[in-house]
Amino acid sequence: MPEQLVFTVEVFLNGLMAGVLYALVALGFVLIYKASGIFNYAQGVMALFAAMTLVGIQNGQVPFAHLINAIFGTDVHKFGWSVHSFIAIALTVVVMVALAWAVQRFVFRHLVGQEPIILFMATIGLAYFLEGVADLMWGSELKALNVCAADGACLPQGMNLWLDETTFTAFGTGIFIDNLDIVASVIAALLVIGLVMFAQYTKQGRAMRAVADDHQAALSVGVSLNFIWILVWSLAGFVALVAGIMWGAKSGVQFSLSLIALKALPVLMLGGFTSIPGAIVGGLIIGVGEKLFEFLIGAPFLGGATENWFAYMLALLFLVFRPQGLFGEKIIERV
Amino acid sequence: MFYREAGDFSTTYAEDQQTFPIKFDRWRYYVVLFIAIVVVPFFINDYWANSLLLPFLIYAIAAIGLNILVGYCGQVSLGTGGFMAVGAYACYKFMTGVDIWWGGELLFRLPEFNIFFSVIMGGVMTALVGVLFGLPSLRIKGFYLAVATLAAQFFLVWLFNRVSWFYNYSASGQINAPERDLLGVLITGPSTEPWATYLFCLFFTIVSAVIARNLTRGASGRKWMAIRDMDIAAEIIGVNPLRAKLTAFAVSSFFIGISGALFFAVYLGAVEVGEAFGITKSFLVLFMIIIGGLGSIFGSFAGAAFLVLLPVLLKVVGVDWLGWPTDIVAHLQLVIVGLLIIVFLIAEPHGIAQLWRVAKEKLRLWPFPH
Repeated sequence: MPEQLVFTVEVFLNGLMAGVLYALVALGFVLIYKASGIFNYAQGVMALFAAMTLVGIQNGQVPFAHLINAIFGTDVHKFGWSVHSFIAIALTVVVMVALAWAVQRFVFRHLVGQEPIILFMATIGLAYFLEGVADLMWGSELKALNVCAADGACLPQGMNLWLDETTFTAFGTGIFIDNLDIVASVIAALLVIGLVMFAQYTKQGRAMRAVADDHQAALSVGVSLNFIWILVWSLAGFVALVAGIMWGAKSGVQFSLSLIALKALPVLMLGGFTSIPGAIVGGLIIGVGEKLFEFLIGAPFLGGATENWFAYMLALLFLVFRPQGLFGEKIIERV
Repeated sequence: MFYREAGDFSTTYAEDQQTFPIKFDRWRYYVVLFIAIVVVPFFINDYWANSLLLPFLIYAIAAIGLNILVGYCGQVSLGTGGFMAVGAYACYKFMTGVDIWWGGELLFRLPEFNIFFSVIMGGVMTALVGVLFGLPSLRIKGFYLAVATLAAQFFLVWLFNRVSWFYNYSASGQINAPERDLLGVLITGPSTEPWATYLFCLFFTIVSAVIARNLTRGASGRKWMAIRDMDIAAEIIGVNPLRAKLTAFAVSSFFIGISGALFFAVYLGAVEVGEAFGITKSFLVLFMIIIGGLGSIFGSFAGAAFLVLLPVLLKVVGVDWLGWPTDIVAHLQLVIVGLLIIVFLIAEPHGIAQLWRVAKEKLRLWPFPH
């Protein structure tokens, strides 16, 4: 097998892994959009916020330490304890649910019935607000994120040696795949299955789908819109936490993590804003597409770094032919 | 007491249709213009010019441009930063002489343009690019379009980073404004006078505002607003949606391009594209028009003034008076801006401009509100 082909396979596999993570972020968008028609730009910042909160709780940081020190002239930084990962994750989930409640209570309850584009801009405002709060709360420096079940059993890092050796003996060239990516893909797949099961087989899931279908009709059969929206924002917060853990474990928790939202947008455009399968398929197409384009065309001919815009261009071209995306509902417009 | 229209009669159609039908309003604007043009240049210094007035004027042009697209035509765009970059780089190329190469040979080389025409060419080139990226707007609507304009943002920034022709093959990848003058007065370069740069930007701001105001209350403005309110209905009553949308994109990009050119050439002097024209710039200008007021020229000015003043104010209060570290103040600024966006969207979706309108109405009726 020629070397070039093996490299291409490696790039393809890496693209697939990246695509799974994009899909994971896109899922958070789809959940909220389906249930409330809100296009949540803040999803990426929610991932950042969740990851920062997780690290902060793990390390026993005092929230708003910088601000407190600046105002009162004190010098507090840490409580002096560290929290087990599982407890920290559970606490972070509590924080995200509280956030979902606050967002629903203080922002979107007042914006019911507004045009979608106004809601979208409100989420941009929310993104700025959350980013500022996250930085004030936990400090803006780069933090390492380690999620460990017990001593030594952490999320794996580094190259998968087994795959490398097997392919090396078979083809003479190793295939490089990050262990973390494999774990992330498995977890993402499990999460997706879990979400679909939740939506299909539970009472709340059914209510969620009813709300997504028709607010008025759902209200009239006794579904509480308020509850469903808080539930959906909490779920999106949970998805954001998972995405934040994966990306944070890979490249540290820092501001750039919130930019994964920008990666998820073309995924959504491609897959359609309302479709869970669309988010997954779109994520895989974008992940594989941008890695292959970078490898085959971008790096040799265009000077590299095409990953920043390729996904958008692909989605844009695609939309011109199918404006509602791959799996989106047909847009019917009447006067 | 002064703000009244009693005894203020219009006797011709022209008088009836003027921008400021109330005499007091008109004179007030003349006074503001007089102060801005004649008085301020005598008292301006470097601090005032660089930290307040220049950014205010330049962002006001960008906000007017974006307001035409978002506020009047209803096409949400997140590509403002990219379009400003087009203006800046086009201005730079025309300032230093556009050279076209083919196969290693110089095909032809335009002479260097005067800075005034370079800025205008920056606007013209941006209008062309804007139309190109506006083409999908006929098929793509709403969010999809908002996200699609991000394609323009990322692609343009990448292009100006990678293709060294745009920055004249300089080693740093930056573009630096060379010294250029207008009628013997230095406008760009390190040794300019604050009053010269101020007047230069002020000229463009006033002209942009007048053009935008008259476009938006004329036939094309009506068409844009019809498209914004309901595009299919507009199509049925005879508005050509493609034409209306593309002219909105062109006019809007023209203003944004001019502001980008001024931002680079007059205000900053040297620019690295990813830093100066990144996505944060797109959001900043979008916030200006949300806070200032969608679909209002005055709102563009108010929003620009607000978001230029806010960081300065926060810095003065937080860093200079209270002695807080700068990073806390920067984060606090994010919180405040985000909160303001949400509060404005909930409480007053038409922004500062609407508050101003309400205040004017109250003043007109004062002291007998019923």
